[in-house]
Amino acid sequence: MIAQGDPRLAVIGRRLARVARVVPVMSSKGGVGKTLLSCLLALALSGRGARVGLLDLDVTNPTAHVVLGADLSKFPEEDRGVVPPLMGGVKFMSVAYYSGENPLPLRGWEIDNVVKEVLAVTIWGDLDFLVIDTPPGIGDEVLDVLSYFPKYEPLVVATPSPLTMASVKRLLKLLTEVVKGESIRVVENMARNDSSVIADLAKELHVKFLGKVRFDEDIDKVVGDVDALKRSRMYGDVSVIAERLLKE
Amino acid sequence: MVHEWALAEAIADYVFKVAPNAKRVRVVVRLGELQAADEEVLKFALEEIMKSEGVECDVALKREDCVLKCRKCGHEWLLKEVGLEEEVREAIHFVPEVVHSYLKCPKCGSRDFEVIKGRGVWVEEVSWE
Repeated sequence: MIAQGDPRLAVIGRRLARVARVVPVMSSKGGVGKTLLSCLLALALSGRGARVGLLDLDVTNPTAHVVLGADLSKFPEEDRGVVPPLMGGVKFMSVAYYSGENPLPLRGWEIDNVVKEVLAVTIWGDLDFLVIDTPPGIGDEVLDVLSYFPKYEPLVVATPSPLTMASVKRLLKLLTEVVKGESIRVVENMARNDSSVIADLAKELHVKFLGKVRFDEDIDKVVGDVDALKRSRMYGDVSVIAERLLKE
Repeated sequence: MVHEWALAEAIADYVFKVAPNAKRVRVVVRLGELQAADEEVLKFALEEIMKSEGVECDVALKREDCVLKCRKCGHEWLLKEVGLEEEVREAIHFVPEVVHSYLKCPKCGSRDFEVIKGRGVWVEEVSWE
């Protein structure tokens, strides 16, 4: 008998076998703070003793390394695969280690190739959580998460803007078609008041509202400095979200 | 051990998936010039992994030249016509698509080009009885 094909998909399950929970941070709308929230969530979970990985899956526009102040001047070490370097206690992987700060313009099938390659060669080891920063839209990276990860608990980031609400509703509709509602969580980011529209939306769609992260006008000043990030107001709010996630 | 081991594991897992009960297999792997996987290391790793699972494995590796084609002007060129620094080669070795971060079409300067041949690792044939 004869077979032929792409070997990378066959090994992804092995790479994720010792990862207990996968939390893709998603929002179909851009500019809602996914990357900052992903990074702070990973740091906050790690700060509570969890073993955490963070994967920047915004392939053509990676920026999580900017938040964490990761050193792109050397490639991650190799040990029967690529070993994600530790940043503030978090195993951090990004295509930026290889593309640097150069543009990385890719067509859809090329993005899919990057995702498959990274998932096939990254050695995460034992993790309690793998947090994934995803790009806006419902495109290749998001679909790859839904297709290649055997299990995941999406954390959807929203703001009360009518544009974000319209966009996030579409994403939640898609997610509820493929994941059980109790595994889908919604967080309100950049909250400025006591509005309950996001919590109401979560209730309406039978997904879980995990809380609010207040708008922090000083957060940009501490980007790139993990210790300073951990002293920010946003980190304090995200820590509450992390605590709730740990208890579930 | 370099990351070729991870690629060999992927090939091995693919073989175990398509031929779960085979005790003797022949595997033909196509290696794209762009990824530039080390043939010796990959072959050694694959044979070791298969042996540890009790499978006799005959491995054949076929190197494929990398051909690029511009989506803007249609120009086609070979990777070997372009000089790349060692560090860039290494970055591309890990994630071949980052070639778009370092190369442009030699004719029109666009980064919107396609790798039409010779990208990475592909199992061309697994045969067993």
